Amino acid sequence: MDAPPGTVIRRHGLGTRIWHWINAVAIFVLLGSGLGISNAHPRLYWGVYGANFDAAWMELPRFPAWITIPSSYNLALSRRWHLIFALVLGFGLLAYMVWSLVDRHFARDLRLRRRELTPRHLWADVRAHLDFRFHDPARPRDYNVFQKLSYIGVLFVALPLAILTGIALSPGMNAAWPWVLDLLGGRQSARSVHFLCATAIAAFTVVHLVLVILAGAGNELRSMLTGRWRVPPDGRVDAAADPLVAGEPR
Amino acid sequence: MIRRRQLLGGGIAGGAGLLLGGCDRAVQSALPRKILFAGETMQMGLQRALMDRDALAPEYRPEQRSPIFRANGTRDPGTPEYAALRDGRFANWRLTVGGLVARPLSLSLTDLGQLPQRAQITRHDCVEGWSAIGKWQGPRLGDVLRAAGLRDAARYVVFTCADRYGGAPYYESIDLVDAFHPQTILAWALNDRFLPVANGAPCRLRVERQLGYKHAKYLMRIDAVASLDGIGKGQGGYWEDNVDYDWYAGI
Repeated sequence: MDAPPGTVIRRHGLGTRIWHWINAVAIFVLLGSGLGISNAHPRLYWGVYGANFDAAWMELPRFPAWITIPSSYNLALSRRWHLIFALVLGFGLLAYMVWSLVDRHFARDLRLRRRELTPRHLWADVRAHLDFRFHDPARPRDYNVFQKLSYIGVLFVALPLAILTGIALSPGMNAAWPWVLDLLGGRQSARSVHFLCATAIAAFTVVHLVLVILAGAGNELRSMLTGRWRVPPDGRVDAAADPLVAGEPR
Repeated sequence: MIRRRQLLGGGIAGGAGLLLGGCDRAVQSALPRKILFAGETMQMGLQRALMDRDALAPEYRPEQRSPIFRANGTRDPGTPEYAALRDGRFANWRLTVGGLVARPLSLSLTDLGQLPQRAQITRHDCVEGWSAIGKWQGPRLGDVLRAAGLRDAARYVVFTCADRYGGAPYYESIDLVDAFHPQTILAWALNDRFLPVANGAPCRLRVERQLGYKHAKYLMRIDAVASLDGIGKGQGGYWEDNVDYDWYAGI
């Protein structure tokens, strides 16, 4: 377990790395095409029905061309992008979950320990983040508690709920699995929750990318490509030593 | 160093922009477009595998109906022929049932009302994202097709409408699974009144497990066909032919 600073360890398993990149593409396409679909009717409702004469709880802005897929408004093509990558997201997540249960990735790396959830530990971890220390020097391979919580949140809440609410939007699936609609309180509620899940996933992605950069983009990227990750000194990131930033040979 | 980080951040944003542009370019070439459009076949295959042939769309209680049922698409066909039918309260309207059938039919509104009726309070989901709930009544399409006697070669049912898009009548099509589904009806009443013109008077299709654009309004003809080739541009409907909408609109 102990790995002194500067040594290179294996950080991410093959299953995690494959799924990460497949999923990254899927999330990218789904967010872009989803915003394109939103532009067709940028109003959100609660309940079973909802159209122009009904009260919307949220009026969304018109999302600009540079952020939508395709860039010119085209509901048919946005839907085609969205609905094929929905399958990539759904079946990819399913395969990753099965793999991670079997090879104990979840049990080993994401399980929360009681001591991590004490206010004292949480506060210490907030301070460590503010100090750009993202790793416990004694256990550099372990995720910190906020990292675990956000991965748990996105893997077990936001992504599954986005998929389930997406299924609820399909009139065909409403006939096949009517319980999904009952669970979510109606199609327009499901559509609102679908949008909120997408917002949470987008926010996660932004924070994730910022932290990858702060933690040393080269080292982090390499660990997600080859699995190999260099342990930072004292858990503190030395960006100057980052292969990408410092131009050090990888 | 900070500058490099900013460069990196800028690089990610710029890369995303390039990727988005790449998506646009990709669908202009044949193979990526073919892959993208295969999603429809996958979704249809999956849904058909997961649902019983006769699995019902959810039905609602009367008090769950939308206070105002939104009309969309054509609100009035506006042709002289349609205006004449409307002015005659559709007494001269006839629904022609033909194509690959043993006994072609010509049905008046009274004929439709005398067939066994089905009434259902269902949700209408527009491809744009909104939903409205209303009560529909009419004979089952399956009963009409049985009365006409489908020939063995028939695989699809094509609906031709009184409203015109781009100079040609709006048309849509469904396969026999949806045509003989118990909730697929030729609706002549919405919320216990004759269909308003905006909602497709005198008669529209309800195909409850698919999105709104499949529910052809202002019905004039129903034809059983063996293939969708040669009808319109061959994709099975006005929107499918002209703006790449999915023919299978179950999602």
